[in-house]
Amino acid sequence: MGLTLSSTGLELLKSQDQNPKTSEGTVKVALLGNPNTGKSTVFNALTGLKQHTGNWPGKTVEVATGRFSFDGKEFLLVDLPGTYSIFADSPEEEIARDFLLFSKPDVTVVVVDAACLERNLQLLLQVIEISPRTVLCVNLMDEAEKIGTAPDLQKLQELLNIPVVGTAARSGRGIEALKASITNAALKTEDDSPFSPTYSEKLEEEIGMKVSLFEQTPLDPRTKRWIALRLLDGDATLLDKLNRFLPDALSPSLVDNLARVARAERDADDTREEIVSSIYREAERIAKLVAKERQLPPSKFTADKLITSKALGIPIMLILLALVFWLTIVGANYPSQLLFAGFSFLEAKLYTVLGTLALPHWLADLLTYGVFRTLSWVVAVMLPPMAIFFPLFTLLEDWGFLPRIAFNLDGLFRKAGSHGKQSLTMCMGFGCNAAGVVATRIIDSPRERLIAALTNNFVPCNGRFPTLILMITLFFTGSGRFSSLPGALLLLVVIVASVFTTLLVSKLLSKTILRGIPSAFSLELPPYRTPQLTKVLLRSLLDRTAFVLARAVLVAAPAGAVIWILANTTFGSSSLLQMLVSFLAPLGRLMGLDGAILTGFVLGFPANEIVLPVTYMAYLSGGTLVEMESLAATRALLVANGWSVKTALCLMIFSLNHFPCGTTLLTIKKETGSWKWTALAFIIPTLVGIVGCILVAQIYNFFSFLLL
Amino acid sequence: MQTYCLDRIPLNQSGIILYIDKTSKIRRRLLDLGFTKGTEVAAVFSSPSGNPKAYYIRGTVIALRNEDAAEVKIQLLGSGEGKENGTYA
Repeated sequence: MGLTLSSTGLELLKSQDQNPKTSEGTVKVALLGNPNTGKSTVFNALTGLKQHTGNWPGKTVEVATGRFSFDGKEFLLVDLPGTYSIFADSPEEEIARDFLLFSKPDVTVVVVDAACLERNLQLLLQVIEISPRTVLCVNLMDEAEKIGTAPDLQKLQELLNIPVVGTAARSGRGIEALKASITNAALKTEDDSPFSPTYSEKLEEEIGMKVSLFEQTPLDPRTKRWIALRLLDGDATLLDKLNRFLPDALSPSLVDNLARVARAERDADDTREEIVSSIYREAERIAKLVAKERQLPPSKFTADKLITSKALGIPIMLILLALVFWLTIVGANYPSQLLFAGFSFLEAKLYTVLGTLALPHWLADLLTYGVFRTLSWVVAVMLPPMAIFFPLFTLLEDWGFLPRIAFNLDGLFRKAGSHGKQSLTMCMGFGCNAAGVVATRIIDSPRERLIAALTNNFVPCNGRFPTLILMITLFFTGSGRFSSLPGALLLLVVIVASVFTTLLVSKLLSKTILRGIPSAFSLELPPYRTPQLTKVLLRSLLDRTAFVLARAVLVAAPAGAVIWILANTTFGSSSLLQMLVSFLAPLGRLMGLDGAILTGFVLGFPANEIVLPVTYMAYLSGGTLVEMESLAATRALLVANGWSVKTALCLMIFSLNHFPCGTTLLTIKKETGSWKWTALAFIIPTLVGIVGCILVAQIYNFFSFLLL
Repeated sequence: MQTYCLDRIPLNQSGIILYIDKTSKIRRRLLDLGFTKGTEVAAVFSSPSGNPKAYYIRGTVIALRNEDAAEVKIQLLGSGEGKENGTYA
């Protein structure tokens, strides 16, 4: 479902205004296909790792583009969203359709699953109704061969009258042939006349009648027929689009007239069923002619029956997720320490180098102890867990396990008025909330998508896990030899609590401001596939590193400068930082915290990783972020500043429930396109956190008062 | 001939789609997914809570919530009744 591919890369931080430019002579190729046909693999096999994202007119959903060259020609490949049809019933389908209609690709490539031809040919037949210059890429040939249903490609080509290429994109098989075929199609001077589905006599008659309404327009016969079909289908929105993109083709009065016709058709009868059924019937017929009919169903679904069973379904899932967390936390420890050591060495060097330049003393300090230290801090904390967590998830996705999680948990999310796929966006959120918010794109219905985006921050990301673990170690379990099991269990309690809060807030939202009927739920469960270990790991690692580094430079570095200035600008006897601490102290005490901790959260807004370092800095009245020597020293400092179990508990509550970090908020703005939702995403968790902390702190005070 | 709602057919059983309720709010989506009249569909496995369930149709496994599947009406395939034997487990 393209979850980790599109949602967790560098593109999170990219601006949206990169319209891919097709220079003179570059061939524009559209790539289309059902979900789970390996379309992304074909895209990557064609373009290598050279892709970026751009934004096409009409909609603010990003479409990946990439380039390749073949036989001296340059190609721009546009990866359209995976869809089952191009009837424009969903935003993805609309993007795909509009691109084919109005951006006029030179060649369209439709990727189909060789083992699932009938379903996939249905989309192809829809596409060749608009795009005569289409190449059919029959992917996953290796899988079809394995189960003995590989189609006869020669025969398929004859039946469809378009070029057909067989590929197994994972191993690179057939990719050169596909490039050659695309090149040939682009060079052709005349369009093919591909197979076109015919409908019932009655419908064909109506098509003729509708075409006669705009017979005199300069559109080609194929487009006319296609528009007539959409009119019969009652698609009035298409006409606004036609008017906007092809203003010369249809006169305004004609558009008005046709829109009226379309609206009448929409109310009248259900042409859609007839159109879809006819196309499926043709697809079925062709599939039967070229491939052995596969037995129905092909397997007994043994693995799925186990993974989704009442007794084992949920435990298996929890064990796998726990394993991912464990690998991330344990695995990140050592590289994190190495990075800290490396950066502190570099920091000393940097300061020496800056000393040799003729910089003012304060500027050298600001650059070294403000900017560089904060930047390196964020990288050291965030990079290792991100580089472990996301590749592991990409492997689970590649294997096909993630849709099963959504399937298993949908019952729970249905009760909260949201979508089972929200479980996946939450999983992404455990890695990085900004990634979790982008991942909400996989949820088709707008209401459920918004719920998932607004509540994503309730699960703790990799930037907050170290804080939570530190609190557990320092104040609840100790750091002795036998403390790791209770520590892990407590962390599990924290995670479960965060999931529970997410469900509760989702339910509240779906009962109040996002009230509405739960939208359609349909989820494809693709067959399990062996993950492509090396490719996935490399790709995911590169994406992750790029993301963490970019965020460190764009977000953490300026934050570091601000923090340094606040800590080193003094009025009278106290610094700006200390003034902020005293200002926040009353609220902090009410919440079971103190002014320094709240200051940490406020200044940690750009990046949650620096909440505690800022707090330490405030306690020590220092001018820079502080790394503590040891756990014992940390505990001593905190206890000396009045910390108790209550403080640790309230800090954990506020860490779980407070405003999302700057990157996440910007992502929410970008994804929802609205400041209103962005503001709500800020306010809701903050309110939950403040109220939760005050309640816990006051209850704690009450009981400790009783006991004393 | 007895008409069943799709969500009611036992696991490992298949049937032939008769029609989708006109009131179904995911009618168009179901059509796109290949739930057209006359198509064979089998219930293959269920989530731990019993809702949603997974169906095998036109070469793919599609999960639907029970309330949505209930709007797809089918005729059960018994021995000798349809294209092939309805049970396979």
